[in-house]
Amino acid sequence: MDTILPASGGFTADPMTPRPFLVTKRRKELSDTFTLELSAADGKPFAFKPGQFNMVYAFGVGEAPISISGDPDQPETLVHTIRAVGKATDALGMLAEGDMVGVRGPYGNPWPVEEAYGDDVVFVAGGVGLAPLRPAIYRVLTERERFGRVVIYYGARTPEDMLFRKELQAWRARFDVSVHVTVDRVTGKWGGKVGVVTQLIKSGGFDRHASTAFVCGPEVMMRYSAEALVERGLAKTDVWLSMERNMKCAVGICGHCQLGGSFVCKDGPVYRYDVIEKPMAVWEL
Amino acid sequence: MPHIEGLDRLLAEHPFFQGFDAAALALMAGCARNEKFDAGQNIFKQGDPADRFFIIRHGQVSIEICAPPKGRLPLQTLGEGEVLGWSWLVAPYAWSFDARALTLVRAVSLDAVCLRKKCEENHDVGYRLLQRFIPVMADRLTAARLQLQDLYAPAKAKAL
Repeated sequence: MDTILPASGGFTADPMTPRPFLVTKRRKELSDTFTLELSAADGKPFAFKPGQFNMVYAFGVGEAPISISGDPDQPETLVHTIRAVGKATDALGMLAEGDMVGVRGPYGNPWPVEEAYGDDVVFVAGGVGLAPLRPAIYRVLTERERFGRVVIYYGARTPEDMLFRKELQAWRARFDVSVHVTVDRVTGKWGGKVGVVTQLIKSGGFDRHASTAFVCGPEVMMRYSAEALVERGLAKTDVWLSMERNMKCAVGICGHCQLGGSFVCKDGPVYRYDVIEKPMAVWEL
Repeated sequence: MPHIEGLDRLLAEHPFFQGFDAAALALMAGCARNEKFDAGQNIFKQGDPADRFFIIRHGQVSIEICAPPKGRLPLQTLGEGEVLGWSWLVAPYAWSFDARALTLVRAVSLDAVCLRKKCEENHDVGYRLLQRFIPVMADRLTAARLQLQDLYAPAKAKAL
């Protein structure tokens, strides 16, 4: 049987069968968050688009939907940044270099980076929400000349909870990227901004008539960030969010991740704000 | 008065005062003055008379609460273009928090007693000033509520 979905990803002949990957590097990011670098056991590259996710299988324990956090232009290394929040992700956190995991994917709609050509690009990330945005940031920086201003707004719980701190510093050091960071609360020494990430958006720094915004973080943060962007003049059709639900099959069969009239695994996880605005406000969903 | 004319222009250029006509700006400029604070300097302290509000022209200000034995707890930072202080509008006109300059801060301050008197005399200016302050206060309230949510806290363990 031919592959059902692109063979460049993590699919074997059966999309429900994981493809084996080797853990080549493990890095602790935060107290509960770590990054795994993986390479396919068969040596083939893993093509994906920014914003897509995989079902990552800790053998004998279970699968978890994890966004890809690596560079889409380096498909030989698959990178996942994972927060340990349950059995499967805890088990993934116990893995060491040389261990194996199973990968199904890539799944879901990507960030529409190409649609932002010619626009200013605004990234709004909260907490570990920076991980699913990082591939889009890499892609935009790779094609930097195709975009106007590039602005990154990042909010973290405390200075110690800032993800990818060195990369944020490296991006901030560039002359063609604006990086603004804020923390909700201060611990220890911190000379930066204090307050919620929506406050950063209010300061502007992008063309309200020609910008595309990509937002990722806790759902409440995304809702208020989207509202702040619209308040600054962006059209709802220019604001994109990445949703998270309890994904199981990841191919739109099981219905676990249903959100209103859509399945997050298949129709998302990246949605345009005008499409997702109403379902987001329904707490039963 | 060249001093007031300069402040008049500063106020006119600030988004907070957009929509005020020249007469109203001149009225408020009569209550305004330039101020400078060095890094680390207290701008006001909780409980002190809220006798001014500030339009930050340059620098970063930390709004803090004194919480012994933890020391100063920063609640929010404000920067260029933002408005600092609304306690001057609410009796008994005392600051609710501390404010401290994190960097060199240049600001225009507006004297509260002077402004309250002018607002009493000219309700139109007072009403329009309140129209501008209420969104600032609502915005700070929303931000404080979001901060209280601790949105980025570790999720409770799930089945997976």
